[in-house]
Amino acid sequence: MKLNTLTAHEILDLYHQNKTTAKDVFSSVNQQIEKADKDVRAYIRLSQKTIDYKNISQKDFPIPIAIKDNMCMLEEETTCASKILTGFRSPYDATVIEKLKKSGAMIIGNTNMDEFAFGSSTENSYYGPTHNPWNLHCVPGGSSGGSAAAVAAHEAIWAIGSDTGGSIRQPASFCGVVGLKPTYGRVSRYGLIAFASSLDQIGPITKDVRDAAILLNIIAGYDPKDSTSADLPVPDYTKSLFNNVKGLKIGIPKEYFIAGMDSEVKNAIMEAICVLKNFGAEFSDISLPHTEYAVATYYIVATAEASSNLARYDGVQYGLRKIPEQKRKSAIVDMYEETRDTGFGDEPKRRIMLGTYSLSSGYYDAYYLRGLKVRTLIKKDFDQAFGQVDAIITPTAPTTAFKIGEKTADPLSMYLSDIYTISANLSGIPAISIPCGFSKDNLPIGLQIMAKPFDEETLFRIAYTYEQNTDWHKKQVGV
Amino acid sequence: MSSNSTQKKYEPVIGLEVHLQLNTRTKIFCGCPNVFGKDPNSQTDPVSLGLPGTLPVLNKKALEYGIKAGLALNCKISPLIKFDRKNYYYPDLPKGYQISQYDHPIAYDGFLMVPTANRLKKIGITRAHLEEDAGKLIHDDQSNSSLVDYNRTGTPLMEIVTEPDLRSAQEAYDYLHILKLTLQYLNISDCDMEKGSLRCDANISIRKVGSSTFGTKTELKNMNSFKAVKAGLEYEIARHQKVLEAEERIVQETRLWNEAKGVTIAMRSKEEAHDYRYFPEPDLVPFVVSQEQIEDILRTLPELPLAKLERLQKEYSISEYDAQILIQDPTIANFFETCAKQYNDTKKICNWINGDLLKELNERKIDFKDITLHPGQLVRLIQKVEDGTISNLGGKDVLKIILDTGRNVDQIITDEGLAQVSDDGTLKGIIDEVINENKKIVEQIRDGKESAIGFLVGQAMKKSQGKANPKKLGEIIKRRLIS
Repeated sequence: MKLNTLTAHEILDLYHQNKTTAKDVFSSVNQQIEKADKDVRAYIRLSQKTIDYKNISQKDFPIPIAIKDNMCMLEEETTCASKILTGFRSPYDATVIEKLKKSGAMIIGNTNMDEFAFGSSTENSYYGPTHNPWNLHCVPGGSSGGSAAAVAAHEAIWAIGSDTGGSIRQPASFCGVVGLKPTYGRVSRYGLIAFASSLDQIGPITKDVRDAAILLNIIAGYDPKDSTSADLPVPDYTKSLFNNVKGLKIGIPKEYFIAGMDSEVKNAIMEAICVLKNFGAEFSDISLPHTEYAVATYYIVATAEASSNLARYDGVQYGLRKIPEQKRKSAIVDMYEETRDTGFGDEPKRRIMLGTYSLSSGYYDAYYLRGLKVRTLIKKDFDQAFGQVDAIITPTAPTTAFKIGEKTADPLSMYLSDIYTISANLSGIPAISIPCGFSKDNLPIGLQIMAKPFDEETLFRIAYTYEQNTDWHKKQVGV
Repeated sequence: MSSNSTQKKYEPVIGLEVHLQLNTRTKIFCGCPNVFGKDPNSQTDPVSLGLPGTLPVLNKKALEYGIKAGLALNCKISPLIKFDRKNYYYPDLPKGYQISQYDHPIAYDGFLMVPTANRLKKIGITRAHLEEDAGKLIHDDQSNSSLVDYNRTGTPLMEIVTEPDLRSAQEAYDYLHILKLTLQYLNISDCDMEKGSLRCDANISIRKVGSSTFGTKTELKNMNSFKAVKAGLEYEIARHQKVLEAEERIVQETRLWNEAKGVTIAMRSKEEAHDYRYFPEPDLVPFVVSQEQIEDILRTLPELPLAKLERLQKEYSISEYDAQILIQDPTIANFFETCAKQYNDTKKICNWINGDLLKELNERKIDFKDITLHPGQLVRLIQKVEDGTISNLGGKDVLKIILDTGRNVDQIITDEGLAQVSDDGTLKGIIDEVINENKKIVEQIRDGKESAIGFLVGQAMKKSQGKANPKKLGEIIKRRLIS
């Protein structure tokens, strides 16, 4: 039996039966990384810290975990897969990292991502693309592509990602794993290097639903260091893993099932709906009328916040500093320009330009302010829908994983791969992606479930019921 | 055209922006100590350095201080507390934006009554908002490089903006004086321009007297004292007049006051073409302060300077001049009031406090709040002078000794032998000697030249080595020679 192919809860069972050790589990993961990561390239770097197995074995969750490269870890390099943060070593742990360390999690290393989480394919990385373990010619999705690929390829038992417009769920869908974006405010953002502060949320990427519930238990909760985290009690999510959905009302938004949707994806979702119907869920058609504005609204709000959040990478305190050989303007302006020109890739530059533009005087009302207003309308759509139903089901992405290089020349078509995931970020609600089938090319398809704010329990219940009565999550990658 | 006639022709229109550092224990968005004068970059943490991943959390004390200041400036308090980002690049700004308040300043629409030369003038307060201070750039000539000290980064700041209600440089000075005093009463800031805990920029334009439209304004920066604000404004007013009289146009620009040369110099216009791209700070969730919270803070407001000025005059029958001196520091006013409860002659108390005591403290460079003198001891001292135990001069000596040693009045009089000789027998002996030695003067006095008694008193004082009670000497001499 290969330990690295097990789920976290299976490994925890083995620990309780004294059938394996944290050291054995960690080394089986390491062996797989050695074997597979030269092809998958899920990791940017592995942790240099030695693990104190004796100490860690006393803790509750001695499970190897992969961390997206945008969460600060004490004394370790964190770069957001950007050249501009080369060499940045954080003097503090992100709250999520602190909680994980306390729980006994063994940090494997930092996973690859789109630079500053800008992208849907993990191709926008200073360190090169990550490959989809199901088909190495395909992208793993993004921006948490490294985390999703690491879990799918059994190079990690579980992983942490961040989701601003679908960055956990879309790669989970492309890699055939479970990915959860919790409610905005459920998990502390302290130490998560910001992309868009009002949309970013940290969440688990796991092999099954039970693992997602266990991992969310570890990382969720109020943090006085994050004013946007919710001061609400956190339930034990493993208690919501009921194998039935009797009486649950689930909505199917008509705006999400549009012409042009990949027919294999559509069929998989329809079959998933049948499964849940058989276990007692009541389905109805609903409408989220402002759906068509979601992508545009997202790219206004997210880029505006990003343009400001990325201003601090100026070469003054940390990371890259570049000074041109020839003086152009003033010493300081030259340093800013050269550092940012050299340090940022094309996508950050594109988004900084977009965001700066929409915040500029004379354009603010027409773009940013209007974006905020439409965001409120999108949120209202969900409020109204959740007056009728307990959850909403959609595909996670309109297609399965696409080929590496296929969309890099066309940012707009790349942006559309987040069309089903963006609304959950704009409205702050929780959403999960679980495997619900495979295309004829053997690429995973993801089912998205969305619920009311702070009702992750309903997500888990529906996802768990579906998972217990299907086998998609048991299909193993061959890398 | 003489300068006199131009002064009548034009009137200045001035508005001031004051940046006030609040003296909270910690910084506005993190737990770093908020202290001045420490080693560079020793008072920082990941949040104040703006490191990747860090988030701000509002210091509730800074909010309370802000509301307090707003209430003291008769402002309306915004129930919605909301912050915004002001985006610009500068090496002393580690996040590339400053967290400030844009469309919902914490306080707005207030006023301050300003005592000016001839009347109490109401100066409008447009708004007062909270924000974070930036760090400090230090230019090192030796290495030809710039260094940054982030200790000041995140110090809570309150920006207080007036309406363009001020009509002269002197009025601007008067406004700053009463503003500073008011803020000192609230005990929310050191208000020390030298340390930068109070900074002031000015907007100035001039217009024809009687006109209701505004002229083109210039913004004036880099004034490091109230006097510099006044001097800078005076210079700008004269410069504007000259430009207009030459029928040229004022350029709207930012100008820096050069203290050494006594002139203002235009900053490069490039640096002022800022678009700050304000937008709501997503890391701080807007929230509402309740009316009860605001009223709770209102109840903690102390008596403010002008109210105290009026009350002291009324309650203790002292002059406006004396009351003015007392209110310059609430500690002094309190000291006075404690004395006045124990001693009826409030004029005498004022004379001692406002005269000798303040003079001595000034010489010793001691702050009033640090003195060793207890109000009861000052009262005792005044009583001892008034009942003749010690002379006025002796009293001054006692005061000095108390300030230097903290000993009590009675002990000092005994130990230093400062008691006056009032014993009739001793005094008569001395007077006998003086009368014998000054026969001519005695004759003159007997002939009616009473003013010459003073000379004999002086001679007697000399003989007693200053210890005789001069009042008593005068009485005895008069009795001996005239009646």
